Amino acid sequence: MSAATTAPRPPASGSAIATAERPPLKVPIALSTLSLIALVFFGLLGPGQTAEMRISDPGDAWMLPDLLIPGQAGGIVLGVLLLAMAAYSVYLWTRGERSPKWLPIVFTAVFVFALLVWIVAGARQPSISLAGLIAGSVTLAVPLVFGSLSGVLCERVGVINIAIEGQLLGGAFTAALVATITGSPYIGLLAAAGAGALVSMVLAVFSIKYLVNQIIVGVVLNVLVSGLTGFLFGTLMVPNKAQFNTPGRLDILPIPLLADIPIIGPILFRQSIAGYLMYIAVAVVWFALFKTRWGLRVRAVGEHPQAADTLGVNVNATRFWNVTLGGAIAGIGGAIFTLVTIDSFTKEISGGRGFIALAALIFGRWNPIGAFLASLLFGFAYNLQSILGIIGTPVPSQFMAMLPYLVTIFAVAGVVGRSRPPAASGIPYVKG
Amino acid sequence: MKLELKGISKAFGTFYANQDIDLVVEPGQIHCLLGENGAGKSTLMNVLYGLYEPTAGQILLDGRPVNFRGPGDAMAAGIGMVHQHFMLVPVFTVAENVALGAETTTFGGVLSIEETRKKIREISAQYGFHVDPDALVEDLPVGVQQRVEIIKALVRKAKVLILDEPTAVLTPQETDELLDIMRQLRDGGTSIVFISHKLREVKAVSDVITVIRRGRVVGDAPPTAPTTELASMMVGRPVSLTLNKDPAAPRETTFVVTDLTVRAPNGTTVVDGISFDIAQGEILAVAGVQGNGQTELTEAILGIQEHVTGSVTLDGKELLGLPVKDVLGAGVGFVPEDRSVDGLVGPFSVAENLVLDLYDKAPFANGISMNPSKVHEHARTKIEEFDIRTPSPNAAAGTLSGGNQQKVVMARELSRPLRLFIASQPTRGVDVGSIEFLHRRIVAERDVGTPVMIISTELDEVMELADRIAVLYKGKLVGIVPSGTPRDTLGLMMAGVGPEGGHHGH
Repeated sequence: MSAATTAPRPPASGSAIATAERPPLKVPIALSTLSLIALVFFGLLGPGQTAEMRISDPGDAWMLPDLLIPGQAGGIVLGVLLLAMAAYSVYLWTRGERSPKWLPIVFTAVFVFALLVWIVAGARQPSISLAGLIAGSVTLAVPLVFGSLSGVLCERVGVINIAIEGQLLGGAFTAALVATITGSPYIGLLAAAGAGALVSMVLAVFSIKYLVNQIIVGVVLNVLVSGLTGFLFGTLMVPNKAQFNTPGRLDILPIPLLADIPIIGPILFRQSIAGYLMYIAVAVVWFALFKTRWGLRVRAVGEHPQAADTLGVNVNATRFWNVTLGGAIAGIGGAIFTLVTIDSFTKEISGGRGFIALAALIFGRWNPIGAFLASLLFGFAYNLQSILGIIGTPVPSQFMAMLPYLVTIFAVAGVVGRSRPPAASGIPYVKG
Repeated sequence: MKLELKGISKAFGTFYANQDIDLVVEPGQIHCLLGENGAGKSTLMNVLYGLYEPTAGQILLDGRPVNFRGPGDAMAAGIGMVHQHFMLVPVFTVAENVALGAETTTFGGVLSIEETRKKIREISAQYGFHVDPDALVEDLPVGVQQRVEIIKALVRKAKVLILDEPTAVLTPQETDELLDIMRQLRDGGTSIVFISHKLREVKAVSDVITVIRRGRVVGDAPPTAPTTELASMMVGRPVSLTLNKDPAAPRETTFVVTDLTVRAPNGTTVVDGISFDIAQGEILAVAGVQGNGQTELTEAILGIQEHVTGSVTLDGKELLGLPVKDVLGAGVGFVPEDRSVDGLVGPFSVAENLVLDLYDKAPFANGISMNPSKVHEHARTKIEEFDIRTPSPNAAAGTLSGGNQQKVVMARELSRPLRLFIASQPTRGVDVGSIEFLHRRIVAERDVGTPVMIISTELDEVMELADRIAVLYKGKLVGIVPSGTPRDTLGLMMAGVGPEGGHHGH
């Protein structure tokens, strides 16, 4: 019954007859399968060693005892816990209710923890620093968060931003170059924002004014920025490293006392300016999008541009400036690579993080906070891979290197369910 | 507020959609713009609303010339518009949609949506709209969405409200409610510009009628003018609105549906144990409000629904369970309810669309090759026969007007010798001139002795064409009544009340 209405999305025209529909079985099935895997492999077939996880660092305000978890017993306990959550989800389904939102999130957290115990207990040296693992995850997630925020801003206003990778890379290069020349990483950071915005403006002009396919412009921009920075790196930076590629690092600015709290201290209160900016940016973008006039208009433009236009909102200007702003934010994310993570630019330093940021944005359902959490998960996967490489797990390193991407595929393929992008995303707006 | 348009012209390239239009809308009046689809009514209103810039002419409000550079200017001047295709963001709440563009904010542009909610509740109470400000627009029925659009205009203190084909998407009951709302608004001092091509509504509600044809004003008429006069002003030639058809001469009953039940994929029953039959040389019209199982009924007969039980026989042969191709092969002609989705391939040419179900048979095909000259020849005959207004047989079908697209579908389906003809919404979105023509073709098909089944949500059309009328409500057959049944009885049946007064359904 399609022709009932001419409204953009006709409400179910069969509603006169429709009765209550059962919620989808996807979540109960996914949770049950995963919990069984956890119980069997992490628990019953689990390693015999005890996993040691250090919680406090020597410099912390007070010391918490290390977490000692016997591999097999811990696996069984966690597996049973997961099974209980899956059972709850199945129970809700039989009563015709949906699983609450928190369930998959808590489930994922426990599952990841069980996985961690299993891997660590099976390692040659069954000991890791939990604090370091988490802090490192956040550090690795910072560029992803900035990248995905850029994506959120662009897609919410109706422009698909595949060029996040290019914006990150442009930001990274410019930050290194400008910080070296001026001698100030802070100016480098600003310049990175400018570079990201510039890349974004190209995307904006071509997709909004010239109506070129947004995906194609994005892909081309990625290749262009990669080629350009690669060329300049080879001709400028490699021969004159001291002159052009020694940016120095952004200072870590610990907040007194708070920075010494175990685990959350390093994450929240022992960051560089860029790290603090990330938290601020997530909060500000969320608030602005959902609680302000600007955000209402932005979302309207991304969902139904014609409606926004008939109410006096300038669709294409809104799009242009939003995309530019998104680019600036991604540029800051790029600067993290050269001003925080390491202190020089190398070819292709962003290494595909822009695409992972894109995945984080989709996994996070076009919501800044969702994108932030998704980025943290991917950051965790990156960090886990490197830490596990050090302690020596039975899993081959090549498989560990796949971890972030595996997590991405599973996440985006919709473990949590189908997500709905802004309706007008990717569609240019032409008046009339 | 008095609104005056003086000598407005709007050209797209060399084509003039509006030419030298003068119009005066007095305060507190319902002023109807009557015209066929494509006559230029919507273009004129888009000019007035600041969406298009006029090529020539002037807009005056209370005698002062104004110049709108965008809809924002028009709204600020007190003009509100309810577009034919609603301008609502489906995933926003009612309050968010109403607030958009006219937000009340506190410091730093922070939304205070509570203000908007309050205004919506006030207006809703004043006019009896029953709109919940926190409902998601996509969950609302079309009629309520339209009220949200009206609220949007009222919140912006519109003095002139433009309603562009507002009844096109409404059920008969919703239409009556809307006409009441319009009268209420008028009595409150709002001027209303009512754009429509439906004569009955126009006559029911207008104070003044201005007729537009091919971008020009043809003239004004009082609402008391006879329907036929208005129709011929609109079309530009005398039209007969009443179909002079002979009484049916039913012969043998060849099409029999017994206990047909269709379940939707989610398990709900959408067609519930329906039985009826149609004789050769008879038209059975199925009436009912949209969404009461009509779509599923026709699709089940054609074989494109799953989960169907019961029996459908044509000439004694069971159709249920046959592939669509075999159903068509048995001599079923089918005009789907939405021509642009199911009836035509828009980018294909008119000629190709005319052979969509014949392309693989002689003379259009010869082995694996098609015979383009035959296809062309066929197209020329059909274009001639059905008076399809197309620049050439090679024009893409999607570029034709609604009426001409419908003629293409109808021409194709009537090209073969039929044993049964089913037409769903045969004249939806079709101009008056073409309606007359299409109705005649349907009756002609009946007169050669084909059983004909018409599905329509337009009660006028049902009463016009039917020899017998079947009414569907919530997937059940409320009853089958003779063609002379009064409108009120049919209206009640469409709400589930049986012809003898009993209540059907749930």
